[in-house]
Order: sequence, then C-alpha cells, then structure tokens
Amino acid sequence: MKASIALGRVTKFIGLGFLTSIKDLFTGKLEKEDFKNFLRKAVVPLASIFLFLGMWHLGSKSLYNIEAEFKIEKALKDQGQAAAEALKTCIASGESSCQPNTLPSPAQVWESFQSLLRDHNIISADKAAFIEKTAALNEKRIAAGKDAIVYTGRPSFVDQIFRSLQTVFAGFLLALLIAVPLGIFIGLSPTLKSAFNWFIQIFKPVSPVVWYLLVFMIVKTVLIGSTDDSSFTISFISVGLCSMWATLVNTAMGVSSVDKDFINVAKVLKLGTFQKIFKVVLPSSLPLIFTGLKITLSVAWMVLIAIELLAQSPGLGLFVWEEFQNGANDSNAKIIVAMFAIGIIGFLLDRIMLSIQNWVSFDKQDAI
Amino acid sequence: MAYLELKNINKTYGQGENETEVLSNINLKIEEGEFVAIVGFTGSGKTTLVNLINGLIAPTSGEVLFKGKPVVGTSHERGVIFQNYSLLPWLTVEQNVIMAVKAAFPKRQKSVWKRKAAYYIEMVNLTPAINKLPKELSGGMRQRVAVARALAMKPDMIIMDEPLGALDALTRGNLQDQILNIWGKDKRTALLITNDVDEGIYMADRIIPLRPGPNATLGPEFKIDLERPRDKTEMNDSESFKKTRNAIIEYLMGIGEERKSEAKKEYVLPELTPKDFVNQFR
Repeated sequence: MKASIALGRVTKFIGLGFLTSIKDLFTGKLEKEDFKNFLRKAVVPLASIFLFLGMWHLGSKSLYNIEAEFKIEKALKDQGQAAAEALKTCIASGESSCQPNTLPSPAQVWESFQSLLRDHNIISADKAAFIEKTAALNEKRIAAGKDAIVYTGRPSFVDQIFRSLQTVFAGFLLALLIAVPLGIFIGLSPTLKSAFNWFIQIFKPVSPVVWYLLVFMIVKTVLIGSTDDSSFTISFISVGLCSMWATLVNTAMGVSSVDKDFINVAKVLKLGTFQKIFKVVLPSSLPLIFTGLKITLSVAWMVLIAIELLAQSPGLGLFVWEEFQNGANDSNAKIIVAMFAIGIIGFLLDRIMLSIQNWVSFDKQDAI
Repeated sequence: MAYLELKNINKTYGQGENETEVLSNINLKIEEGEFVAIVGFTGSGKTTLVNLINGLIAPTSGEVLFKGKPVVGTSHERGVIFQNYSLLPWLTVEQNVIMAVKAAFPKRQKSVWKRKAAYYIEMVNLTPAINKLPKELSGGMRQRVAVARALAMKPDMIIMDEPLGALDALTRGNLQDQILNIWGKDKRTALLITNDVDEGIYMADRIIPLRPGPNATLGPEFKIDLERPRDKTEMNDSESFKKTRNAIIEYLMGIGEERKSEAKKEYVLPELTPKDFVNQFR
C-alpha cells in the first residue's frame, strides 16, 4: 500500500500520472466512478500516441512513394526502360544503395535507435579496452611528467548527449550566476532599473546565432595564443547569455513586486537591509525566480542545438548537423532519433526544475 | 504628559489637482495603561491613522509624540497587529514569532528566542499548531499568531488595526476575551481601531469616533466606565452601556445622514447620443 502511494507520487510527479491508473487496472483497484478518469488519463494519451505513430507511418509511406516514383520516372527519361526496371526492382528489394531519401518511418527510426545503442556499446567497450591497455603506460608517463594518453576515438550518441548536457548545465549555471543577483539588484533599486532597462529590452530578443558570433569574437581574442579547443567555452557562454533574460526579468519583477504587507512587517520588525532581503524579499519572490529559471533552462536546451552546430562543439547539435551532411541511408532516421532525444530530455529537465521549485518555495504548483 | 500624543495631524495623498486630504486636524492623547478604541466606517482613514502612529508613514503636517519624543519610523516599542494578519506564508507559526523575537532581542541565544516564542504562542493557545504554515490555519488562528508576534517584541504599546474584522462572530468574541486577558496582565497601553461599536465598548476605556474622510477628523470622546472584567450578557442589560452605545451610534448615524444629504446633490448629465458608426461605414 505504502509502495503504491509512493509510486503514485513519483509518476504524478514526473507528469506520467496515467501510469498509475494502468497499474490500478491490473490490481483491480479501479472503482467504477474512476473509469471516466481512467479513460481520460490513460486511454486517451495512449490512443493519441498510436494515432500519432499511425499518421507518421502513413505520411512517411506516401512521401516514400512520391520519391520512388519520381526516381523511376527520371531514370526512364534519362537512361531508358531497362534502367528504370532495374531501379524498380532495386527499390522493391530494399537494397540500401537505391532507397528514396525522405522522412523515415517509425520502424526505421526505431531501428536506427537500436543501431545507435549498439554503436554506443561497441565504442564504450573499445574505450574501456583502450583505457585498460594504456593504464600502465600512463602511470609511467605521469611519473615521468608527461601528459597521459587519452582516448580520442569517435564519441557515441550517448556520449554526445552527455556532452550536450554538460554544455547546457554550464550555460545554465552561468545564466543563474549572472541573472539572479543582477535581477535582485535591479528589482531593489529603481535607479538601477532605469539604468538597465534599455539594455534588457534591446538584448533580450537577439537571436542565439548572433549571440554565438558575439561570444566568438570576444573569446577568440581573450584566449589568443591558447592551443586548447575553445568551442566548449564559446558554446556554453553563448547558451548562458541567450537564456538568462527570462530569469533576469522574472527575478527583477519578483523582487520589485513583493507584497506590501510583507514589507510593512519587515519595517515594523525593523529588520536590517540584509535581513529584509534574505528573510522577506527573496522568499516571497522565489516562485517568480523559479518560473524564470525554468524558462531559462528550456531556452538553454533549445538554443543549445543551434549553437553547438555553429560552434562545432561536440554534442547533439553537432550530431544532427553531421548526420545531415553525411547523407547516409539511415541519416534521416538518426536525425529523428536525436529529435526525440532532445524532446524527451527537455521534458525531463523541465520536470526536474518543477520539482526543485516545489521543494524550495511556499507557493506549491501542480505539474502542468 | 500623555503617553501618545497626536498634535494637529494632517495627512494628504497625491499632489496638485489629485491631492486629497485623508486626515485633517487630528488631536489625540492616550495615557499610559489606557485602552482606547477608535470607531469609524470603512474607508474613513483608519488605517492611515494607524500607519501614522506606528511610524510607517509620516504626517504631512503636525506631530506624533510617543513618550514625549516625535515618532520617526517604526519602533519595537509599538507592536502592530495588522488587519490582514500579514504572516509570512513560507514560515511556520514558530518561525514567524521567532522572527519578531530575534528582531527585538538580537543579542540573545537561539534557545532564548525559542523559549520566548514558545511562551507567546502558548499565550494565544497555539502550541499544538506551532509547526504549521499559516495557510494550514483558520483565520482566527492566523490572527492569534499575529497577536503573538506583536507581543513577542515586548512592546510598550499595542496598536491593533481592525484585528478581528475578518472573523466570524464566535471567533471574534473569543479573541476579544483573549486580547483583554493578555492586556489585563500587564496593562500595556493599547489602541484598537474597529468598525464595531459593541467591540469598542466591550474592550476599551474610551471610544473616539472617527468622522469619515476625506478630511476625516476625530469626534467627541465617550468614556466607558463599566467595571472590568466585563461580562457581555450583563453588559447588554446595563443602562449605562445602552446609553453610551446609543449615543455613539446616533453620532455615527448622524454623520452618515450628513454624508447622504451631501451625496444628494444632483449631477446634470450632458445630452449625448452615440454616433451611428454602423451606418456610417456601410
């Protein structure tokens, strides 16, 4: 019983409340009046998922047919009857060299997902073997004051995901460290507010691409002469600068709009400035600050892909770009896999933020 | 010398054409240990008067003297119980009270703060709810926390701004007795702002009606010389109670009548008909 409550809490918490209802169905706990609820919470989402997959399947099939017909017709016109027939049988046989290149079907995407996982297993085994092989040598090299030999093989899809997460967290941390203190100062002082307002209004709508270029200009010069790869630095700073605005604006708004009653309490208790900020102003603006941080994290994750792509910094963005340039038979399917990975991770990040928000602030919010 | 004295207070809000005088020519003297009630309609400037006395706002002209010294800003010597409780929602009952204790006695140890807070929470009978958040409490309980918080600063004077206004009649009666009990123990000076004449008579030594604003000013005072502790049922039969009550109500009603007759002024509306836009654009 206790375990089932805990499970319910966990699933509701991560926004998958319908899973509990499915479990209830099998344990026979479902009451009749709960049936409507069950329909809405479990059957409807599942049905919509199947509907989505079905439409995707049909759509990709018809795109495939259009592409195939076009290819065959072109072969007929350019190379004659025999070539067209050969192409037709080639396509029908499923030979990878002559497949029409278009939106992949769900099955192809699933297949690519599994092949990416297999690839990851191979690469990580390779990496482990390499580390084992070089361990003794590295010890000697370090003892001799030389750099250790590191694995420089191709990163797997999973490695790319972790690289992207690193970039996004570094960027998010930067945004947090700049935007929250600055937002507090702006919110507290009308003078600072008018000093910074133009700045915020002008830079807020600037596109991630332009931020990247700006950061590139500066970091390139700052790190002049350094041989290290600066792409990570550039991309995380760009991500941070792009995404910090929501937090900045929300923090300033939260701090400047603290309930007047609370301020009166602080005055009547004669709290010092420091105490007033930390005991009254900040706690009461936490909900808004967290709303800002939540937006910041999702914006960071969204712009990350574009910035990694531009900065040639390893990660999901670069993965997508390389697959697109690659043009192999399963490249399109891999791009779709990356798309789902991006979406699902973005969703999970949002949930994590929501749970931290619920944990620290008095103003509880339901998972939306 | 009076304990609290208001001399020719005027308070205006806004500037230029938008200037409105909320309080004008307020004179008030409260002696040490006295319990004074100010009774008035809603919107008559009662809260402005309270904020002037506790130092949240400054008068436009005139002087507020507390123990002979002019009031500048707030002070721990004057505890305030706000109309809307104003508890900090992210702190528990204990933390809310401790905050006040800490502010008033910053140099004591943590255990002292805790003990003092516990003492005042016990005083308002909230010990069982000590670890609850304000949103988990009923209105009456919240107001009791606010009372404990105000008392925890050990103020010399307690200012109550319609403290029981938002409560139901039963809770209200209970809390009136609790406040009187606490007041009776060490006879601190108290000022109660209320819109309930009966409450004023039951609790105070003196009642002063506030003529409603703009230009609100204090009316003639009414002395209540009923013996304490007062009993509500006994009081209802007492002749002197009835007389005072009727006098105050008549006075307030009189003001109300005056106000109504002022409001009877006829305003001539200009003859206007809306333009026929629909046909114009057809």
